[in-house]
Amino acid sequence: MKAYLGIDVGSVSTNLVLIDEQAHIIESYYLRTNGQPILTLQKGLQKMAAKLPMKITVNGAGTTGSGRYLAGIITGADIIKNEITTHAVAASSIVPGTKTVLEIGGQDSKIIILRNGVVSDFAMNTVCAAGTGSFMDQQASRLNIPIEDFGPTALRAKTPVRIAGRCAVFAESDMIHKQQLGYNLPDILAGLCEALVRNYLNNVGKGKEILAPAVFQGGVAANVGMKKAFEKALGIEVNIPEHYNVMGALGAAILAREETIKTGISNFKGFSVANAKYHAGGFECTGCPNMCEVVEIYKSKKVIARWGDRCGKWSNSIAQSEKIS
Amino acid sequence: MKVTFPHMGYLWISLKAMLEYLGVEVQEPPPTTKKTLILGSKHAPEFACLPLKLNLGNFMEAAEIGADTILMAGGCGPCRFGYYAQVEYDILQDLGYKYQLVVVEPPEKHISEFLARIRYITGGRPWWQVINAIRFGYMKARVVDDLEKLAQWRRPREITPGSTDQAFSSALQLIIKAGHPRDIPKAKLQGTHLMNQVQVDERKPVVKIGIVGEIYTLLEPFTNLDVERHLGRMGAEVNRSICLSEWINDHLFMGLIKGTRSSKEARRAAPPYLNHFVGGHGQESVGSTVLYAKQGYDGVIQLLPFTCMPEIVAQSILPGVSADLDIPVLTLVVDEQSGDAGTITRLEAFIDLLNRKYQQKEVLA
Repeated sequence: MKAYLGIDVGSVSTNLVLIDEQAHIIESYYLRTNGQPILTLQKGLQKMAAKLPMKITVNGAGTTGSGRYLAGIITGADIIKNEITTHAVAASSIVPGTKTVLEIGGQDSKIIILRNGVVSDFAMNTVCAAGTGSFMDQQASRLNIPIEDFGPTALRAKTPVRIAGRCAVFAESDMIHKQQLGYNLPDILAGLCEALVRNYLNNVGKGKEILAPAVFQGGVAANVGMKKAFEKALGIEVNIPEHYNVMGALGAAILAREETIKTGISNFKGFSVANAKYHAGGFECTGCPNMCEVVEIYKSKKVIARWGDRCGKWSNSIAQSEKIS
Repeated sequence: MKVTFPHMGYLWISLKAMLEYLGVEVQEPPPTTKKTLILGSKHAPEFACLPLKLNLGNFMEAAEIGADTILMAGGCGPCRFGYYAQVEYDILQDLGYKYQLVVVEPPEKHISEFLARIRYITGGRPWWQVINAIRFGYMKARVVDDLEKLAQWRRPREITPGSTDQAFSSALQLIIKAGHPRDIPKAKLQGTHLMNQVQVDERKPVVKIGIVGEIYTLLEPFTNLDVERHLGRMGAEVNRSICLSEWINDHLFMGLIKGTRSSKEARRAAPPYLNHFVGGHGQESVGSTVLYAKQGYDGVIQLLPFTCMPEIVAQSILPGVSADLDIPVLTLVVDEQSGDAGTITRLEAFIDLLNRKYQQKEVLA
C-alpha cells in the first residue's frame, strides 16, 4: 500500500501524519518540540518506523510549520509549504466546502477564508500573541488547574464575567481583580474564553466575512470552552475535526501526495534519516553591523544547509539552485 | 560643518550628491542595521513608531564619525512625523550630542519656500548653482528608481538566484560615483546595461503585487525585512506605490516635473472609500489599491510601522476595497522584530493564494 508522510515542525509541537491514498490517517504523532526540532523530528520518525506495517511504502513526504525548511532538508521532502496553505487544504479535505478556518496554536493564531475550495483571504496575528495557547497555558497554571480541565470547567459557567481581552497584560490583571472580588472559577474561565474569542475576532478576523461551515483547529481547539465561546460570538456551528491538533501535517501529507502523483518520483530519504547524525551549528557573521546569526545544518561533518543571513551571502553560497532565504 | 541626515532607502545617494555639488561636506550615517535599532530604541520613547527610533540611531552613529549638523524633514500633521525632527533633536541634546538642526518643512504653496529654507545650508552660493544641485539630486533619484524597477521585473524571472541583486548593487555603485550632472546619462546607460545582462526566463508566469503603505517603511528595506527581495525570489513582480523621485516631485517641487506618476492620481482614486486627507499616505494607500486593482494586479500588500495612525485608518478601509474590486490585500505591521520567518510565511501563503486565483483566471480565459 502506498502512503504519504506529512510533518509539521512548530514552535510548541512537532506532528507527524501518515495517510493512505484516500487521505485517511493511518498513523499520527503529536510530540512536544521542546526547542529541539531535529531531535524531536528524528524521534517521531523512529516511532513511526517502528509502528509501520510491512506492506506500506512511503511514496512522498511534505513539511510545514516554522521548522519546515529544516525538516525538509533532513527528510528530503517533496514539498515544503507554509502553514496557512496546509491548514486550509486539511480543513477542506475533512469538511468539504469549508468556508472559514479558525486556527489557534501555541504562539500564533490565524484565520483562513476559503471560497469554492480555494483560499481567498487570510490573516495572522502580527505584533501581538495575546490569546494564543501559551497564554492559556500560563493562566491555567496560575490558577493551578490542569490545562485539560480548562474547557470542561468553563462549560459549567452560569454567568461568564467580562474580562478585558485586548491585551494579555490587561486580561491577566483584570482576571486577578475579578478573582479577588470573589467570582467563581468557571465564570472567570468562561469569561476568559469569551475575551480571547473577542480579541481573536477583532484582531485577526478584522473585517473578514465568517461563514459556515467553519472549522476550528490547532492545539487550542482541545478547549471546549473556546468552541462554545466561538459559537456564541459567531452564531454558527463550529466543527472541530477529530485530528484537530495535527491538521498542518495532514495538509502537508495531502500536498505531498498531489506533488508526487504529478512528478512520479519522490525525494523522500526514508526513515533511516532518523538514525543519521544531524546537528545545527551557527556563527555570527561579522561582515556588517547587522551581525546576522547564521544557522548551519550539518549531516555528519558536512554542511548541508545554511540560513539566517539577511544579505544572502551564506545561504546563496551553498544552495545556488534552491531558493530558500 | 559636516551635514548628516536620516536614512530612508536610497535617499542618501540623492542628498549626498546634491550637497556635495554645492561644496557642503557630508557625512551620511552608516547603513541602518541592528546596531542602529538598538541605539535608537534604547533612547526613544517606547510608543513612538519605528522611523523615529531608526532616525535617532542614524544620528547617533553619524555623530561617532564626525557629523555635526542634521538636515531633517518636517511636516504639519496629522502624522506625528512633523514633530520628529524636534523630538529627536531634544533627545540628542539630553544625551549630550552637539548637533545643529536644520528642518526642511515641505513647501506649502510654492517651490520658492523650499529654496529659501535650503539657503541656510547653501549659504551665499548663487541660486542657479543651488537649483542645479537640486536637479542633480533629483536626476540621481530618477535613475535609481528606474534601476529598481528593472530589478523588480527581473528578480522573479532570474535564472540564477541572487543574480539580479548582484547586478543591481554594481549598477548602484555607478550612480553613486557619478560626480557631476553630465556623468549621469553615461552611468544610467552602463547601469541599465548591467541589469539587462541578468539572465531571465521571460515566459515564466509571475504574479504581480502592488505595495502600498507608509513611505519610510516602503522605501527602507531594513524596516520591511526586505519584502521586495523576498517577494521577487518567491516569483512575484513587485511595484511600489511610492518612489523617491515621485515623492520629491510631489512634495518638494509641487509637481513641477510633468509626465511622471503623481500621488495626485492615487488621492483622486481613493473616493468613495476615503474622501479626505488623514495624514501621511493613508489616502494614497487606499487610492493606490484601487488603481492596482484596475490595472490588473493580482494582489496588494500594505506595509506600516506599528502604531502608524494614517495607515491604521487605511487598514480598516482596505477590506472593503478588497471585496468590491476583488483584489486580495495583505497587511504587514513592522516593528522591532528582526526574525523574518513569520513574514516569509505570510508572504508565501499570500503568493499561494494569488497563484491559485491566477490559475483559475487562466482556466476561465
